[in-house]
Amino acid sequence: MTDSTAPLVTLEGVTKRYAAITALDSVDMTIRAGEAVCLAGENGSGKSTLIKVLVGVEQPSDGRILFDGVAQSRITPTDATRAGVQVIFQDFSLFPNLSVWENIAVTAERATGTKLVHRARARERAREVLARVGVTLDLDARVETLSVAHKQLVAICRALASDARLIIMDEPTTALTEREVARLLDLIRRLKADGVAVLFVSHKLAEVLEVCEHVVVLRNGAKVADGPAEDFDSASLTRAMTGRDVAETPPGALDPSAPELLVVDGLTKDGAFRDVSLTLRAGEVLGVAGLLGSGRTSLAKALFGLAKPDRGTVKLDGHDIPLGDPIAASGQGIGYVPEDRLTEGLFLEQSIARNIAVGRFDEHASGGVLNLRALWDEAGDWLKRLSVKAPDPQAPVRSLSGGNQQRVVLARWMARQPRVLILNGPSVGVDVGSKAEIHGIIADLAARGLGVIVISDDLPELLGTCHRILVMKAGVITDEVQGGGGVTEDDLSHRLAS
Amino acid sequence: MGFYPIAHGCKARAMKSFDWTRNEVLVFGVILAFCALAAASDPNFLSIPTLTDLMRNSIVLGIFAVGAMVVLVSGGIDVSFTAVAAFAMYATTVLLRDVAPEMGWPVAFLVAIAIGAALGAFNGVFIALFGLPTLIVTLGTLSLFRGALLTFIGTAQISNLPSGMRDFSRWMMLRGTDADGNFYSLHWAFVFLVVVVIFTWFILNRTMLGRAIYAIGGAPESARRIGIDVKKTQMFIYVYVGALAGLAGIMHGSLARISNPQDLVGLELSVIAAVVLGGARLTGGIGTLTGTLLGVALIVLVRNSLIVIGVPSVWQSVVIGALILLGTGLPAYQSLRAQRRAA
Repeated sequence: MTDSTAPLVTLEGVTKRYAAITALDSVDMTIRAGEAVCLAGENGSGKSTLIKVLVGVEQPSDGRILFDGVAQSRITPTDATRAGVQVIFQDFSLFPNLSVWENIAVTAERATGTKLVHRARARERAREVLARVGVTLDLDARVETLSVAHKQLVAICRALASDARLIIMDEPTTALTEREVARLLDLIRRLKADGVAVLFVSHKLAEVLEVCEHVVVLRNGAKVADGPAEDFDSASLTRAMTGRDVAETPPGALDPSAPELLVVDGLTKDGAFRDVSLTLRAGEVLGVAGLLGSGRTSLAKALFGLAKPDRGTVKLDGHDIPLGDPIAASGQGIGYVPEDRLTEGLFLEQSIARNIAVGRFDEHASGGVLNLRALWDEAGDWLKRLSVKAPDPQAPVRSLSGGNQQRVVLARWMARQPRVLILNGPSVGVDVGSKAEIHGIIADLAARGLGVIVISDDLPELLGTCHRILVMKAGVITDEVQGGGGVTEDDLSHRLAS
Repeated sequence: MGFYPIAHGCKARAMKSFDWTRNEVLVFGVILAFCALAAASDPNFLSIPTLTDLMRNSIVLGIFAVGAMVVLVSGGIDVSFTAVAAFAMYATTVLLRDVAPEMGWPVAFLVAIAIGAALGAFNGVFIALFGLPTLIVTLGTLSLFRGALLTFIGTAQISNLPSGMRDFSRWMMLRGTDADGNFYSLHWAFVFLVVVVIFTWFILNRTMLGRAIYAIGGAPESARRIGIDVKKTQMFIYVYVGALAGLAGIMHGSLARISNPQDLVGLELSVIAAVVLGGARLTGGIGTLTGTLLGVALIVLVRNSLIVIGVPSVWQSVVIGALILLGTGLPAYQSLRAQRRAA
């Protein structure tokens, strides 16, 4: 990194207006070769617009952009690619049906203007890039068969194959487990050493700080903070993004006389988890900390009946819950908010109101005919109570932000008035402000006497919301710690990883 | 040493060469089993006449299937190609009869291919330019092309073909009698199928255009982002498939020595069935010519030789239906089980 040369990319007073809305308000920013920059901001803060302007998808209304110190009059996507700017979208933009080598080489090969497929050359190109990042992947594997982390690697390699000098990564850590994130950061460090710049756009703040030299925070389209990464910590970054301190206040002590609600004894599913026993009391928030592959999701599904355990019992209020029967489980008052709300939790194309009402058909039906007015009133009521920011309850759920989508899932369950709610990764893909609000909802639920189980690998989240935290490793509960300040994040991550 | 070791890398490779659940392998197995059964019940089954019959009956179906596969790979579905073929065949026959009866067969073929390509372009305009769903568009044009043909061009079959088409029908590659005195012959038209397959294989696997077809079938948005012109690619696909349908149509008329405007339409689902049996995914992005040709061979076998293994021919559609369910269901079930195990 030499300061004598011009920065790779410079933004000077870049402004973008859409009709009446100012999406970007006079943003200045520089990115140098070999530097990792974090672009932080809540949803709607202008991050995506900034990326679009950088890669020439949108033209700035004002201000200018310089590549290598040269002002660009009007950037097209081709110009951006030629300058070495590559975006890795959240969905990676890969071709699931094609092989690894073809995915890696496709953009670079297209750039040569060839009409024919040069198989040997393309494979060699892919092999070289994989070697450069120090990765072994089967060149002929179909990309759809790879894990998320490996798909991301292929996307990074594709950017490198077309001589990327600046790689923009949109939410790169959202779908990764902690271990995979650590590997990604390793890779980013090596890329930086290689002179490649990285612009991170991420919700997961702690991880961002670790690898970045430089942090830029956007709020409502304007740059509100900019400085070396050392000057920021989780709290100050959150404050800059949200304009307020999101205090993670651990819950108060649990009433010792609270009755036992859910008792799990010796629950075992071969190959997933074994001999899990736990007790959840009314008003308690119980955390389960586990990495991917620890059996945490299998356990959550088993408690709700989505997977059938081989042995063990689950009792609610002293009554046995039939295993492997989600309808019975929900009938008895257990609710489950899945990890992947997009595919498991929501009917994306259906309206917000319908997504809430779907759990309440039985209540509002008489003789097989639905009382629609009561159904919609109730759904509207819950939307208000969980402060879902929706323009129109009849709009499809797809149109909502991650945080609001999660609230819709919660509203559906709360309308059913469950006794126990199991939340699997409640704040995955949710921005910081909404995350704090979801944690507020969890605390509120517990205060009303529900038992809540939170499963997550987001340790600050567990520490900030749970009375007790169980540590799960390789399918076994190995540890139990008290939440509420009794243990630090480092300590917990140590127990989780050791 | 890599930072991202793939534990199952070796296993995956080993499984690839030994993957019994691939449709191609399955279909090939069923073909072998069918032939074994047929040979057991009729010793004459394994003979040159059976083979040449099979090949002859695969020509038109095969060209249709190649076209249908290209569309499936691109993420679309075309049900109008039989109507395109019938239109091209009959319109060419009428045109040649009324305007230039003495023209040779290459002219007839070129005219039919051009008509097919034009009708394909009509599909392409709605699909590529207006972005309408392919099934809806081609369902519409299936009916439209057929209706236009019968309303404006004619309904009467023409058995007195123009001389060019007649000449083509007599153009045999080989003919003879086998040891048992059974007559056999193979028409040069089979070479057309071979050429179409090789040409299409080259486009799909050796040109960037072909890879773009796979790319838009796998992830259209990603294709757009890396600069693939999706509209142009789609336009090419539907023109190409139309041209193939035109070729198949004129060959059908020439080989049958009769040009019947009522022919061909109704065949489209069998063709798509053959392609799907061969492993092409209805959701796009996946499909091979090998699989497609095996699928065609199996369907032709069932259509022509079911009676040999003692199954009455009225059972034809039952058998084809069962094969489709089995051929597509088994791999789907296998991948479901693999997913369960991973979960």
